[in-house]
Amino acid sequence: MKGIVLDDRALLMVESDTVATALDDLERGTELSVAAVGSDRDRVTLTEDIAFGHKFAIERIDAGDPVEKYGERIGSASRPIEPGEWVHTHNCESDRGRGDRTAEGANA
Amino acid sequence: MSEFAGYRRDDGRIGVRNRVAVIPISVAASTIAERIAAEAGAGVTSTPHQMGTEQPAAARAQTERVLTGIGRNPNVGAALVVYLGTEVADVDGIADGIADVGTPVETLSIRSAGGARDTVSAGVSIADELSDEIASARRETADASELIFAVECGGSDATSGIASNPAVGNACDRLIDDGGTACFSETPEFIGAEHVLAERCADEETRRRLLERVDRREAIADMMGVDLRESQPSPGNKEGGLTTIEEKSLGAISKGGTSPIRGIVDYGEPLPVGGGLVLMDTPGYDVESVVGKVAGGAQIAAFTTGRGSTTGNPIAPVIKVTGNARTWDRMANNMDVNASTILDGEPIDSVGERIYETLLSVADGRPTEAERRGMEEFAINEIQPRELEALGEPV
Repeated sequence: MKGIVLDDRALLMVESDTVATALDDLERGTELSVAAVGSDRDRVTLTEDIAFGHKFAIERIDAGDPVEKYGERIGSASRPIEPGEWVHTHNCESDRGRGDRTAEGANA
Repeated sequence: MSEFAGYRRDDGRIGVRNRVAVIPISVAASTIAERIAAEAGAGVTSTPHQMGTEQPAAARAQTERVLTGIGRNPNVGAALVVYLGTEVADVDGIADGIADVGTPVETLSIRSAGGARDTVSAGVSIADELSDEIASARRETADASELIFAVECGGSDATSGIASNPAVGNACDRLIDDGGTACFSETPEFIGAEHVLAERCADEETRRRLLERVDRREAIADMMGVDLRESQPSPGNKEGGLTTIEEKSLGAISKGGTSPIRGIVDYGEPLPVGGGLVLMDTPGYDVESVVGKVAGGAQIAAFTTGRGSTTGNPIAPVIKVTGNARTWDRMANNMDVNASTILDGEPIDSVGERIYETLLSVADGRPTEAERRGMEEFAINEIQPRELEALGEPV
């Protein structure tokens, strides 16, 4: 597997990524070591349950800042995201194919 | 050198199956084509689809190209073209296009044959004759460089980008090292990853065309005030952990491997033999996308799925690869290769080698799970009015 495995339970695709993928159903309160990667902290504690295949933040991401996986931008934070928080459509949005934004702009 | 045994066609190309294809020209002939194939039995397959008897010119041209390409696929030993008799599509042109590669082809008009019942019985007789005609074909040694390998993903989840897609990509790299062609498609799933693909284009012209195609797909959404987030990623993808189209795309493109991109062709356009990695500009609907590549000449396909897709194809064997251990356990009778071992530490290279070995053994005649279950999904992409508008074509 490409990437960096965190305590056998999560995967960071590229060291600079700001989100990791759960390799199992992980429970709230689970602590994972991120000392070996580019995070600004040693450990991340999950603040909610993270289902297999879903993502959590390994550092704070401010609203509007890029969310990074595969060493690439996969979208923007639509509100501030704390370390250990689930990252999905409720707090991360695509920047592409957004005809709705164009339509809003046209109506403004 | 990697070899398999396939069916050498008159024009030198190699098939991995020896089928009689019953090809309807329109939806009006689709049910009858299915009945003919069902009654004619083993080795006879049909390609039912929903295209109407009339279509705008650009859409019709695409349908004609796909139907011709399906008949020309080297897995097709002989073809029977069935039509109602009112289709605007050029039936003779399609039959001639198939015959041009030396494939025996017959045509059957439902109106001339005297309606549905008589057409089915006449069609079964013709299919039997065509089966007899191609029954003498024997497998002979062929080189992996003669394979065109279609790769597809559907029902993606987070394991697709981590396990099954990189493993299939490794198999693509192996085939290309052996001189073959690999092709992946679904332009909407290049969105957000096109800069990565653009860097890998072998020349400036390919790079320019790739970016133009991605822009066009995104512009259609933009023009219509459509929010792509509603359809991409799909609800199932989201349940599987994929959040945005960018994330889905970055995971999807790894199924093509790491070779330079030699070109990009239109939906259903012929793919080159010995062409390295080539992209096809297709919509994001997996069944239509597979059909586009099979119409382009792909003899064999691999299809990665995290959540568990079951689809096959009537012309090309489809190898199912999953990176999700639960899907492998639950849907073993639809899956051919388990790539979830990557999550337990098996190197991508080792799973890639297993997929490449599976590719060669399936090319050699081993049936895939989809073939065993009779999964033969077929659909042709119809260019939609808003796409025709974007292309400046009459609607």
